[in-house]
Amino acid sequence: MMPVLAPILALILALILALAASLAASPPVQAREASPASADPILEARVMRVSSELRCLVCQNETIAASHADLAVDLRNQVREMLRSGQSEREIFDYMTARYGDFVLYRPPLKSTTAPLWFGPFIFLAAGLLGLWWLLRRRNRLPVEQFEPDENDPHDVLPADRPRT
Amino acid sequence: MKFLRYLVPMGLFLGLLGFLFVGLGLNPSEVPSPLIGKPAPAFQLTRLDDPAKTVGREDLLGKVWMLNVWASWCAPCREEHPLVIDIAKRKLVPVYGLNYKDQTRAALGWLANLGDPYTATLVDADGRVGIDFGVYGVPETFIIDGQGIIRFKHTGPLTPDVVRTRIEPLLKELQGAG
Amino acid sequence: MIPEVGHFALWLAVGVTLLLGTLPLVGAHRGRTDLMALARPATHVLLGLIVFSYGCLILSFVNNDFSVLNVASHSNTQLPLMYRIAATWGSHEGSLMLWLLMQAGWAWAVATFSKSLPLPVLSRILAVMGLLTLSFLLFVLFTSNPFDRIFPIPAEGRDLNPQLQDPGMIFHPPMLYMGYVGMSVAFAFAVAALIGGNLDVMWARWMRPWTTVAWAFLTFGIALGSWWAYYELGWGGWWFWDAVENASFMPWLVATALIHSLAVTEKRGSFKSWTVLLAIAGYSLALLGTFLVRSGVITSVHSFAADPKRGAFILVMLAVTVTAALTLYAWRAPKVGLGARFSSVSRESMLLANNVLFIVATAAVMLGTLYPLILDTLGLGKISVGPPYFDAVFVPIMAVLVFFMGLGPLARWKNDALPALAVRLRWAAGVTVVSAALTAWIGGKITLGSVLGLLMAYWILYTVLAELWERVRPAGGVQANVLHRLGQLPRATVGMMVAHVGVAVFVFGVTMVGTYDIERDVAMAPGESTTVSGYTFTFQGTQPVRGPNYEAIRGHLVVTRGGVQVSDMFPEKRVYKVQRNPMTEAAIDSRIYGDLYVQLGEPVAGEKWLVRIWVKPFVAWIWGGCLLMGLGGIWAVADRRYRVRATRESPTNAGGASVAR
Repeated sequence: MMPVLAPILALILALILALAASLAASPPVQAREASPASADPILEARVMRVSSELRCLVCQNETIAASHADLAVDLRNQVREMLRSGQSEREIFDYMTARYGDFVLYRPPLKSTTAPLWFGPFIFLAAGLLGLWWLLRRRNRLPVEQFEPDENDPHDVLPADRPRT
Repeated sequence: MKFLRYLVPMGLFLGLLGFLFVGLGLNPSEVPSPLIGKPAPAFQLTRLDDPAKTVGREDLLGKVWMLNVWASWCAPCREEHPLVIDIAKRKLVPVYGLNYKDQTRAALGWLANLGDPYTATLVDADGRVGIDFGVYGVPETFIIDGQGIIRFKHTGPLTPDVVRTRIEPLLKELQGAG
Repeated sequence: MIPEVGHFALWLAVGVTLLLGTLPLVGAHRGRTDLMALARPATHVLLGLIVFSYGCLILSFVNNDFSVLNVASHSNTQLPLMYRIAATWGSHEGSLMLWLLMQAGWAWAVATFSKSLPLPVLSRILAVMGLLTLSFLLFVLFTSNPFDRIFPIPAEGRDLNPQLQDPGMIFHPPMLYMGYVGMSVAFAFAVAALIGGNLDVMWARWMRPWTTVAWAFLTFGIALGSWWAYYELGWGGWWFWDAVENASFMPWLVATALIHSLAVTEKRGSFKSWTVLLAIAGYSLALLGTFLVRSGVITSVHSFAADPKRGAFILVMLAVTVTAALTLYAWRAPKVGLGARFSSVSRESMLLANNVLFIVATAAVMLGTLYPLILDTLGLGKISVGPPYFDAVFVPIMAVLVFFMGLGPLARWKNDALPALAVRLRWAAGVTVVSAALTAWIGGKITLGSVLGLLMAYWILYTVLAELWERVRPAGGVQANVLHRLGQLPRATVGMMVAHVGVAVFVFGVTMVGTYDIERDVAMAPGESTTVSGYTFTFQGTQPVRGPNYEAIRGHLVVTRGGVQVSDMFPEKRVYKVQRNPMTEAAIDSRIYGDLYVQLGEPVAGEKWLVRIWVKPFVAWIWGGCLLMGLGGIWAVADRRYRVRATRESPTNAGGASVAR
């Protein structure tokens, strides 16, 4: 094992160390520090996070976090005000859907009409894996004659079927 | 019977085709208003012609009225304006303008140039009332009934077709009833 | 004159494809060698005509012939030459011409590089490709003619959309279309085999390299699109699950399933009808994607001008093409044999699991993409389905897939046992957990997503290493030189390993940038600085700059780390003279361990400017991983067994250069 693995492990270790170096902060340089663009960066981060779940109705292919449209700016301001006054994300989304409908949410709400959407993929997954299991079992129950001889193995017999010698 | 299994992909595909075919006739970027059938949002806005006076939602109860959202910087508003003038001239319904995110001087000039069909124009300088109405572009037109419930919304410029086939029958129904 | 000649060439091409699509098929059916022999020369003529026609379009753009409507709408005298050429595919009509060019090119390639294919098989394949080309020719000629004239002739063109005036426009569409249209080769192989009724191991062996190359191009094309969106659109993201992105991703998922399914069909003769179905599905999804982009049924940043009439035409094309293929499938598939036997735990069953999971993923993406349309058609309201949905749904499916990805290559063909498999994997499993824990601890922030992503990335990497070790370690008592055995590895195996490592690199990049991405908004006056993740950004001010067809304000930031200067960054705000919409060009310094990404915002009071700074760890690994995937695929295709001609044409050819294990 070791001759091949040693250099590879060393490489991966070096990678992780470099990762460490890249993510760690080093002491700031002595220069005039720029002021944050907004008075409250933490609030801004929340505004952006909430806004990134809302669809811009003008361009329609962007979130209101990313869009430069006037309406997007207005709605971001609205989000900021609501967050500042202590309202929850749920209340903000309700506010938006009351005015623009579910269309404005990029995360479709779970309702009777969207249940197939949300549960669908997991049903597919379960059905797929179950179907796979069932198919394999059924295949293995079929008699050997149903299959084509293995072209790569002239003695095409499964080890379990070989006569004991 | 085993043969039927091999028709499943075809069946699924034909189902998909059906949806796509119907989809061709739809407009995916039109956002329907969730406010249809719900009360118009509360507002209290100053008049464009007389900033000392205000108009609120309660002032308009008891009659059917139309709200036309416009701005002087909006090109399609210019296109639909003759239709709005015509509606006012024919006294189909009182039309109130909502001057959306505009400058007073520019708005007054626009009305002076193109004609003022509005019973009153309300100033929504920051667009807040527009957001409450679910406005996402200009022009847009709403019809509100005597109880203050929004009954109709049209996004984009009005067309003679829309006026004739959607607005006039609705007005007849609303005004006939109350 | 030139546009008319180019237009005429397309009509001639219609004639050629009509001949190509019918006579060789008849010839194959009747055993008429003279008719079958028409196929190869017909593809040569077809390519010549399409190249000629495309050349006429290029000439019109290069010469600024604004009497051609397409040129007037998408070009400008001040547009740099390379973008004038790229603008040929910058419109709906032009991009269809590119599609035609690719279609003719692939058909020619199949005709030229398939000396070992029996003539009846080749004839059928080329005939099918001819018919597919015919459908697109008719689409262009009847609804989307790029050579339409405009009168009166405008003095200037409306210019290419500024967002497309970028090197990305030069590479992304051609690469992507190579992939899309390449799926038509797999489709043609499948349909030809269904028509001829001969689905056998040789068929899979011939088809595999073509499919892999198309898959590689699709991989490169999608990765380029993602990278371009990242540096061009300026919001720092690299995938939005936009309808058109999904439209390219679904064929890719199916193509990936297909190349794995072909591995089993080629080696063991199993999954034959399933492979055929996948091949049909791959191209069908490419057609579906074309429909979604051009018909207006779905809004997307990518949509060309929506035209329901064009949409109806493509829908008919989609309906006819896929219904015909699926009818053939329903007719022939029931008679196809089961192939060789394999047990429930074996490489075959692992690959089958791979296929199931890729299909589940494709179904999930399709569900999310089409659901708004479905609800709307049923009158159940309008919703949006965006990244929050797709991320929530796609990642778990991928996690399961990645788990099997570790098992598959280490499972023995035909029959294996779970305990034995587990023993082979226990080292990889242990090191995976340790590495993921170490990385997460060093990185500082630990989230469920980051842990899952790291486990996935390391699992893939270490299982590839484990497989490598299985193949090169001293076997039995024979102390063979490990390095020698390394060199002896078939290219197909090496290619697979490189591609799988590419997936690990990709997952690592996605996880790191998703977890450790840092964004900071500051207002900077010249001389002021801010420090993000150890990098100090000092603003030097701005100056006006003039480009070939735009004017800009260019900012300058000096980046230092630990006192040492590391980079100069020049973000810009441009206004293009013709279309006059403002655009930001972010400044990106791409390094192995991460990107520095700076965007210039608006000026504020005094001399200050709003500046947005990102440090994005390992983001380039996302596209680096895709590059490795594609390169791995291409390396695998260069395997010796595809370059050795098949000596016998008998379907039960058990000899040949099969790679035994």
